[in-house]
Amino acid sequence: MDWGAIFGNAAVELISPTTAAYALAALGLAVHFGYTGLLNFGQAGFMALGAYGYAISILTFGFPVWGAFLVGVGASVIFALILGIPTLRLRADYLAIVTIAAAEIVRLLFTTNTFAAVTGSANGLSGYKNEFAALNPLAEGSYGFGPFENNAYDTWLRIVAWSIVILAALFVWQIMRSPWGRVIKGIREDEDAVRALGKNVYAYKMQSLIFGGVLGTIAGMIFALPRAVVPSNYQTTLTFFIYAILLLGGAATVLGPIIGSMIFWVLLSFFSGFISRAVEAGWLPFMTAIQGGQLRFILVGLAIMLIVIFRPQGIFGNKKELAFVR
Amino acid sequence: MQPTHTAQRYVPRMLVILFVTLLAALTMATFSAGSAHADEVGTEFDFTISGNVQFDGEALGDVAIAVSGNGYEADTVTDADGRWAIGVPEKSTYEVTLDEETLPEGVVVTEGSNVIETEFGLTDRRSVNFFLGEGVRNTVSFFDQFVNRFFNGLNFGLLLALAAIGVSLIFGTTGLSNFAHAELITFGALMTLVFSVNFGLPIWLAILIAIALSGALGFSLDAVLWKPLRRKGVAVIPLMIVSIGLSLALRYLYQYFFGGSTSQLPGAGMADLKFGPISLSPIDLASMGISIVVLLAVAYFLLRTRIGKATRAVSDNPSLASASGIDVDNVIRIVWVVGAALAGLSGVLWAYFRPGVSWDMGFQMLLLVFAAVTLGGLGTAFGALVGSLIVGLFVELSTLWLPSDMKIVGALVILILVLLFRPQGILGRKERIG
Repeated sequence: MDWGAIFGNAAVELISPTTAAYALAALGLAVHFGYTGLLNFGQAGFMALGAYGYAISILTFGFPVWGAFLVGVGASVIFALILGIPTLRLRADYLAIVTIAAAEIVRLLFTTNTFAAVTGSANGLSGYKNEFAALNPLAEGSYGFGPFENNAYDTWLRIVAWSIVILAALFVWQIMRSPWGRVIKGIREDEDAVRALGKNVYAYKMQSLIFGGVLGTIAGMIFALPRAVVPSNYQTTLTFFIYAILLLGGAATVLGPIIGSMIFWVLLSFFSGFISRAVEAGWLPFMTAIQGGQLRFILVGLAIMLIVIFRPQGIFGNKKELAFVR
Repeated sequence: MQPTHTAQRYVPRMLVILFVTLLAALTMATFSAGSAHADEVGTEFDFTISGNVQFDGEALGDVAIAVSGNGYEADTVTDADGRWAIGVPEKSTYEVTLDEETLPEGVVVTEGSNVIETEFGLTDRRSVNFFLGEGVRNTVSFFDQFVNRFFNGLNFGLLLALAAIGVSLIFGTTGLSNFAHAELITFGALMTLVFSVNFGLPIWLAILIAIALSGALGFSLDAVLWKPLRRKGVAVIPLMIVSIGLSLALRYLYQYFFGGSTSQLPGAGMADLKFGPISLSPIDLASMGISIVVLLAVAYFLLRTRIGKATRAVSDNPSLASASGIDVDNVIRIVWVVGAALAGLSGVLWAYFRPGVSWDMGFQMLLLVFAAVTLGGLGTAFGALVGSLIVGLFVELSTLWLPSDMKIVGALVILILVLLFRPQGILGRKERIG
């Protein structure tokens, strides 16, 4: 049993761009769900719009990086408006059903063969990294140490990804302490009371939906940069994983989504490394390596249930500031 | 049960592969002087899908074949000997498509469709063959297509309704949007597969056992999970997230035990019967008949029996129902058993409709179930029926205009539009939505 490799591979996940992307998406969801009480089950759709908006802008239209970034953000603002206008006046679970449906619509539109020329259909898109790599100020060579050693491009990607996460976290922290944030939290606690104070609840909810959605969109771009954009990555399961991360860290917290994402990915990587080597070593004769991979997801599902039942405020949450709307 | 299952499935496949390899070796030997594959694609990969296109023992050249799946896509044409081969990067499931336009005049794919889903077994080569025959393609008029699609949609809508009524009753009585209903649907189909294929029971008995087990699963889920959570006073939204976790855990548990492949129930793919323009298989007819009978029985239960009336009362107002002496816990238990059993039956019919049993089949249908329930009005049983029929018809009829890989998009767009203009749903009441 090569423990060094298992721990090394798990440690890599601590600062990987994927972890950053999930942290940012979970932060967006914290704005929706933890602070405002909006049940957004379409975060995967926002991420897909970010990834495809960026990739298509660069590949099809030859936009510069900032242009592609703006296209992705613009697409997600429009998406949030489309989602919000019919549902934000209705009860919470309607938003859940509409967002999950809308995210599937987005994914199916990117999957269908009809638009294959632009979206690459089921194969997805790749080859949009050069524009981002060209902005890299780092000289060729390797940076970091031990499991965190990377080449110039990967280091640059990690620096950008985590800078965005930290900036976003600071911004969310500040804005939730502002008057705007107090209204948002008030809507979560008692929508009618806030309405009685003369606030336009609908407009506040819409702003929150757009803000969290844009965070999800930027997360989608970070998620797309180390890999290709493939529609099957943006299934409903992605949203559920982000919920698992959010609930693990604490829904109405700023640090929760970030630390939650690190814990989630390190544990997942450690677990799959351990299981696959244990299977190789013959410790688990009743299991194949493929089954080991599925065991992870069974455990993620169980973890979601157990956290919600036994520690609904998550690791960092405050029991007084309840994570759930009634 | 697992070892029997694998053994039964793999032995014939091994034999087929052996046979095909032998054949291939013989052909290669005979034609060794001839040309190699006209256009070999993906030779850099370790795994190959290959086949031989023949009609009446005569090789057909220049027939276009495409392989796609798992983020990979490639196409080729058959060589003069009718052979083709495409390399693929991974051992997984691929869709092989034969372009019927490139077949000679008067030749079509007769058995099955021109798209075959294939999965690698133990070897690195997989052979896929199409069954060609004489026939004419695409001569169906628009009206005939419409009628045919209409009946398919009706069939789909009815089986959707079986699942949707369960979702709606559970929502009505407990307020829970049960995402794990997808796994109850899959459970019925998987149990039917186990009892009919692995244990060799007759299919009707296997289906009955599967429905009974589904009901038992619903009962135990309520007893072990949902009732304690209700006692604990957990709110509706956390309950919904618990059901998402349960759905995820169960879904991958199924994949853990049954693998990622698709298996067929006995009798699937029976030949169609023709009724004028309508072509339906005996299974489609049976499916529709069973759905209608069961739906009528559920309607009778809800409208005429004491416990059914109690169910509607709880659905209307739980505390008032409790105050007037109705045992609410008992009603909810019955709703779970009935809802899960209906979902199990729906899963069996869905397995024949798709066709095939796979670990995530219920999840593929879940959004349409939710769309149906929301369309009809959350919490109303008859609304769920109406919503299901609309969704079923819409999904099938939309393929007349939309590409078939987008047929679900249409139904989901309709869902959003209905919420925009009539948020309470077709049969819902206004005060439910606030």
